[in-house]
Amino acid sequence: MTGFFTLLYKELLRFWKVGFQTILAPIVSTLLYLLIFLHVLESHVEVYQGVSYTVFLIPGLVMMAVMQNAFANASSSMIQSKISGNIVFVLLSPLTYRDIFFAYILASVVRGLLVGAGVYLVTALFFDTPTYWPLWIWIFAILGSGLLGALGVIAGIWADKFDQLAAFQNFIIIPLTFLSGVFYSIHSLPPVWQFLSHLNPFFYMIDGFRYGFFGASDSSPYLSLCIVTACFAAISLLAIQMLRSGYKLRH
Amino acid sequence: MTAAIVVQNVCKYFGAFCALDHVHLEIQPGEFFALLGPNGAGKTTLIHTIAGLSVVDSGSIHVMGNHVTRQYRQARMRLGIVPQELVFDPFFTVRETLKIQSGYYGISDNGAWIDEIIARLGLADKADTNMRALSGGMKRRVMVAQALVHKPPVIILDEPTAGVDVELRQSLWDFIRELNVAGHTIVLTTHYLEEAEALCNRIAMLKQGKVIALNSMQNFISTMSVGYTLRLKLLPDTLPSMLREIQTGYRNGYIELKLDNYTQIEPILAQLRLSDIQILEMQLLQPDLEDVFVSLMNNPLAQIQ
Repeated sequence: MTGFFTLLYKELLRFWKVGFQTILAPIVSTLLYLLIFLHVLESHVEVYQGVSYTVFLIPGLVMMAVMQNAFANASSSMIQSKISGNIVFVLLSPLTYRDIFFAYILASVVRGLLVGAGVYLVTALFFDTPTYWPLWIWIFAILGSGLLGALGVIAGIWADKFDQLAAFQNFIIIPLTFLSGVFYSIHSLPPVWQFLSHLNPFFYMIDGFRYGFFGASDSSPYLSLCIVTACFAAISLLAIQMLRSGYKLRH
Repeated sequence: MTAAIVVQNVCKYFGAFCALDHVHLEIQPGEFFALLGPNGAGKTTLIHTIAGLSVVDSGSIHVMGNHVTRQYRQARMRLGIVPQELVFDPFFTVRETLKIQSGYYGISDNGAWIDEIIARLGLADKADTNMRALSGGMKRRVMVAQALVHKPPVIILDEPTAGVDVELRQSLWDFIRELNVAGHTIVLTTHYLEEAEALCNRIAMLKQGKVIALNSMQNFISTMSVGYTLRLKLLPDTLPSMLREIQTGYRNGYIELKLDNYTQIEPILAQLRLSDIQILEMQLLQPDLEDVFVSLMNNPLAQIQ
């Protein structure tokens, strides 16, 4: 286990040493979203009975920050190691592909949760966001960041260049996040878009996470849990398989 | 006794290109072994397949009796590799890098040994410097240290002295030689043939993915029919006509003659005496590895075992 814990420690230290960029900056930019939407929409929208738009928005933004940073952590660490070549020190060692997978995922979860917690704590100074079911909040935050971390591992291994990774992020991760109900309840959408939203696994992560705060959601949290768990398992298996086969890592 | 490295009939293709063509090698524990060959001969590919960075298409490789893919953990525990490319992790200091590398091998408390290799490789005053701030030669030293953190019985260095100053080269080889004396098996590739000649007891030459020669250093040089070079400074500075056909060159005032063996010397001297030519200076040069290397690489059919 020493090998696994060392790699985990290295991955944690990697983002911690540049914490301004990896933790503080995403907290600030997420809060900017909140500030802007608050200014434009606060008086116009009420999603759930008795819940102001801002308070509705906060869990969505927190989860978005959790997911984006989990993805960024695994993917950028992987591609930087690959392109600079220092991944060789991991590949030469007796670390197993499981060690590598779980170390990258866990570091991503930690960074996602740190940024998410940071956003939540700052908003808590100004807004009173309820937390009905903390357990649901934790479950979805951990599963969501784990899933995005696994996607980050896949993207980081697959991409040969930084612009390929940027494409993965801009054309897959960001659309799925923005169209998942971070900023709105999908009940406000036309039926076609509601249907499409139900095909987006990110929707269930946001929806289940939000249920933990308000005790109300668009879908049943149990359904969300099943779908998110299944996606996490499938994506993880794919990432593990890539690591095991040495795809793009061992030639 | 288990061989340090056994490479059996290994083939490796990159697309249609055959990088390793039925390579067969056995390296015994305690050997100091050199892999030689021109660029693109397959040296680095061979090292990558031993290290598990590349997967062979056919054949098998064992390190200290452990199959490099089926028992990769055991094999890698016994192997220390210094890759050819200068790579480093810019987030960490030298000491952090070595601590982390130890951890990958399951060693959590390695401070004493890390201190020792830091001192031996002349890194003591850079131990807490970030990797980014080191010069190329210093980074190379750290890579050597990284390969040694787990005290592997088999150490492979892929051109460790390329681009490294003379001082480091010397101290690095002293250190590696000590490790060899202490029982570590050393395999190296180098472009500096005199290094291989000075350090190694056995060499393999690769050419276009094939092992074209494999022998002990002495046998190598003596069995290769490269011959000797006789260098003469004469007065008058010209050979008698009978000897001109065996002249191979003229360099720095010396006439050079190629000999197959020592028995040819006496008739040459007799000819010179007869022609009244005075010998001012005379040198007899032994063939060195470079001669063997050049002769092998230039000969398309070269193959000695």
